Amino acid sequence: MELLLASAVGILTASGIYLILRQRSFPVIIGLSLLSYAVNLFLFATGRLALNQPPILNKYAEAAYTDPLPQALVLTAIVISFGMTAVVVMIALSAYLSARNDRIDMTDETGEDA
Amino acid sequence: MSLFLIAALPFLGAVFPALLIRAGRNAAAASTGSVTLLALIGLLLNAPAVLRGETVSARLDWLPDLGLNANFQLDGLGLLFAGLILGIGLLIIIYARFYLSREDPMGQFYSFLLLFQGAMVGIVLSDNILLLLVFWELTSLSSFLLIGYWKHLPEGRQGARMALAVTASGGLAMIGGMLILGHVAGSYDISVILQHKELIQASPLYAPALILILIGAFTKSAQFPFHFWLPHAMAAPTPVSAYLHSATMVKAGLFLMARMWPVLSGTELWFYLVATTGLVTMVLGAVIALFKDDLKALLAFSTVSHLGLITMLLGLGTKAAAVAAVFHIINHATFKAALFMSAGIVDHAAHTRSIRQLGGLRHLMPVTFTLAGIAALSMAGIPPFNGFLSKEMMLEEAAHAVWAGSAYLLPAVAVFGALFSVAYSLRYIAHVFLGPKRHDYPTLPHDPAPGMWLPPAVLVALVVLIGLFPEAIAAPIVVSAADAVTGDHHSYFHPKLWHGLTPALYMSVVAVAGGALLLMLHRPAEGLWNALPRPEAKVIYDAIVGAATRASRSFTETLHDGALSRYSAIFLLFTLAIAYYAYASGDIGASTRAMQPITAMTVVGWVCLVGSALCVVAFHRNRLLALVLIGVAGLMVSLSFNYLSAPDLALTQISVEVVSIILLLLALNFMPQETPRESSAGRKLRDAVLSIGAGLGAGGLIYALMTRDFALPSISEYHLANSYKGGGGTNVVNVILVDFRGFDTFGEIIVLGIAAIIIFAITESVLGSRVRARLLNRKPWYPLAGDAHPLMMVVATRVMMPIALMVAAYIFFRGHNMPGGGFIAGLIAAIAVVMQYMASGFSWATERQGLPYHGIIGTGVLVAAATGMGAWFNGLPFLTSAFGYVDPPYLDEFELATAALFDLGVFLAVLGAVLLALQSLARFAWQPGIASEHPMDINPERDEATKTIEGH
Repeated sequence: MELLLASAVGILTASGIYLILRQRSFPVIIGLSLLSYAVNLFLFATGRLALNQPPILNKYAEAAYTDPLPQALVLTAIVISFGMTAVVVMIALSAYLSARNDRIDMTDETGEDA
Repeated sequence: MSLFLIAALPFLGAVFPALLIRAGRNAAAASTGSVTLLALIGLLLNAPAVLRGETVSARLDWLPDLGLNANFQLDGLGLLFAGLILGIGLLIIIYARFYLSREDPMGQFYSFLLLFQGAMVGIVLSDNILLLLVFWELTSLSSFLLIGYWKHLPEGRQGARMALAVTASGGLAMIGGMLILGHVAGSYDISVILQHKELIQASPLYAPALILILIGAFTKSAQFPFHFWLPHAMAAPTPVSAYLHSATMVKAGLFLMARMWPVLSGTELWFYLVATTGLVTMVLGAVIALFKDDLKALLAFSTVSHLGLITMLLGLGTKAAAVAAVFHIINHATFKAALFMSAGIVDHAAHTRSIRQLGGLRHLMPVTFTLAGIAALSMAGIPPFNGFLSKEMMLEEAAHAVWAGSAYLLPAVAVFGALFSVAYSLRYIAHVFLGPKRHDYPTLPHDPAPGMWLPPAVLVALVVLIGLFPEAIAAPIVVSAADAVTGDHHSYFHPKLWHGLTPALYMSVVAVAGGALLLMLHRPAEGLWNALPRPEAKVIYDAIVGAATRASRSFTETLHDGALSRYSAIFLLFTLAIAYYAYASGDIGASTRAMQPITAMTVVGWVCLVGSALCVVAFHRNRLLALVLIGVAGLMVSLSFNYLSAPDLALTQISVEVVSIILLLLALNFMPQETPRESSAGRKLRDAVLSIGAGLGAGGLIYALMTRDFALPSISEYHLANSYKGGGGTNVVNVILVDFRGFDTFGEIIVLGIAAIIIFAITESVLGSRVRARLLNRKPWYPLAGDAHPLMMVVATRVMMPIALMVAAYIFFRGHNMPGGGFIAGLIAAIAVVMQYMASGFSWATERQGLPYHGIIGTGVLVAAATGMGAWFNGLPFLTSAFGYVDPPYLDEFELATAALFDLGVFLAVLGAVLLALQSLARFAWQPGIASEHPMDINPERDEATKTIEGH
């Protein structure tokens, strides 16, 4: 299981970063989304993996629980990454609409204000 | 008056001129003058105690852990300098009122002047070197504003920049030196440091500390080779020059050397560094001054020369020399300020400062001539003025100094410098005021209004009085200040105009006679001077600055050439290199944890997740397809969370996934549907290598982590143990969010709210620009569906709305004990509303949605804040939660927790933020006539109505 998760994190990271290195804004945003999946899984996995041990306390019997702290942190991270994606999408869209061009690189041909 | 108030008054007062300038220039000047006068009176009230030998102090712990305390103290040295700063400041304020023209923004001038004055007073009153450094940098900044006051003059701007660059970089060196000094002495309080002379001088860090501190002092006091900024700072208005270069700015370096004299002086290193620098500066400044035709440039180099003289005296390291240095500080301040002001008067009256265009002014400006003449004679060291007394003392000390084994070198060079000093002082009189009246002045000069000549007159009166009665007037303050410098209690100070036939007198006679002779030979000497090749400091400075600018620019532009993908690649490469270094040099040890089993289901999930990610990369050019594919990936991530004992995360991920995809779909509606092929094969290869490297790193790292136990005990045990007992909830993740780490969550919802408001603001600005017209005339990418709001969907979403809201409520209330909570409930409620937007249209939904989303975000944050503050009323810290249980009849036991109120705040903030973001984006699609008259595009009732009509 660990191997599957680690390889998934690796492949998500690689796919995300490859897309982030593209030159148009939309693939970059998609890449960021993939990278946030990878990062969230990564952070979550720092609490180590456990099956059927949700951190919901059982008042009536002794039970084992997985680490709740990374979960709490990742929960807010998921919501914040939505906020970030939304802002980036907005900037990309406004830039495209204003410049009629969705390139992210400012090269000499396009100029600074293009 | 408390020292705090004296130091704070100029800063507080800086507001007045800026405001009162609206009431006229007199009001601004009067308010500035009153502030300075008040501070001066406060200072003088403390003077009797200081002159009795006491030290007045005021202490306040500011950042005691860093050793930075707002400690002020006033001893003789501080009193002398603060008196000069405030006293001459007052005269300058009066003078400037009449000097500045109507076009100059006078309120600004006085505000800058007071800021500068406050910084200077702060330096001389500080009893903490860190505090002193703060004021030190403030003088650099405020003097930049003053020197560059005439913003329209390029020389003014360049001079200000140069002064700032030189003095502030010296200040940086001094910070290093001071920190070393404080480290060695074990305290940053000056009064403590001064008691550790042996400790400091024995330390191996003494030399670096001394050199760094001296760089700071030398740059500030314009010592060779940093002297060049001072003449360029003459582009400032004359009152600024008179203030900065007689009594304040440049004296700060001298003050520092005097202040640190007890601990730093007395060593070989000190003697050779300080005395030599002072001597070189003195001679160099004097020689250059003689050949300057601009009055202010002459005075500027003479200032450099006199600063060198005082530095040399401090460098000699004897107590008598220190007394002479203190005395000359006073004398130089008086005659130099008077001379600068007289130069300003000449400039004002004749509209030129060039000595070549002047001469014979004594007939036209008798008052100015008298004042400038006396001050210049004092500068030359002619009896019976005060400059003579301190110059005699200097020559006396120089006569006894042995430099590198030679008893003659230092006195000879000092006499040589004094000779030039006499020559340029006399030139100031002879070539400007004496000689025949000319007929080609740019304008006919005349004596100015009393407001302009009275301030220098006060100083000239001091020049004469100190010269005639030094013991009566200057002795108390000089002795007190010298005591503070030397740490002695009986400084010897008995200056006389006639000492008898001493070596100093012979040296003085040689200097005066030689100076007068040199002036007569000025014309041939000037020819010789101009023929000599000599380095121009400004050219060298410009070359250095230019080279530094070019180097940093080319470095920056290589890394950041405007191509975002390039920055990312460079950043990635760098991170990979560091990570590889960490991996290669570290030791990960053997794995210690048993792995979880791989089941068929998990393999299927893995294939879906990895497959969708790879497909996104393969098909990313088709943007809609890519969107669908990352939806699959998100769903699989959510299922993974669920499988791996994280139900809260699964719920959050899946609801965020929905809103993210809607958001991206909305955006994609306006963007190109395809990504063109434009990367070269080489570039693709580079990106592939980098991203595979990053993927291997991330995957390998997390694999290594997961197969090993925690290196340190985790704090999660605490959370698990206290979640129910302390937080009253069994869902530990939720209790962490709303209770243990509630402050984090509070920050998060604020960030989310800000993100939503940014989106709103961007929308507003974009829709307010030309883009709006373009959007209105937009041709859709695909033909629009005939029925934008299909009946089935409209009905289904409306039926689902209450159900979805109830689910949200359920998720919210059970959140404390079971998976759920404010974040997830907020997202679900947002989806319920978004469904209406999608099915029934933007206008229809907006009409029925009465509450502004900004308000919902704000309410959420306020509710969370109010809940947190509620704890204060019970004397508990912010966000301490309380809970209890009620057991109403016929119902289950029910928990009431303040954490639920906090969670309500989270719920509202998330709801508002998500909806504001989506609604803003949806506004891009608005077009006239898009709103349908009826709830649905095809109104079933309408057909019924037509049928009825037809039936009739």
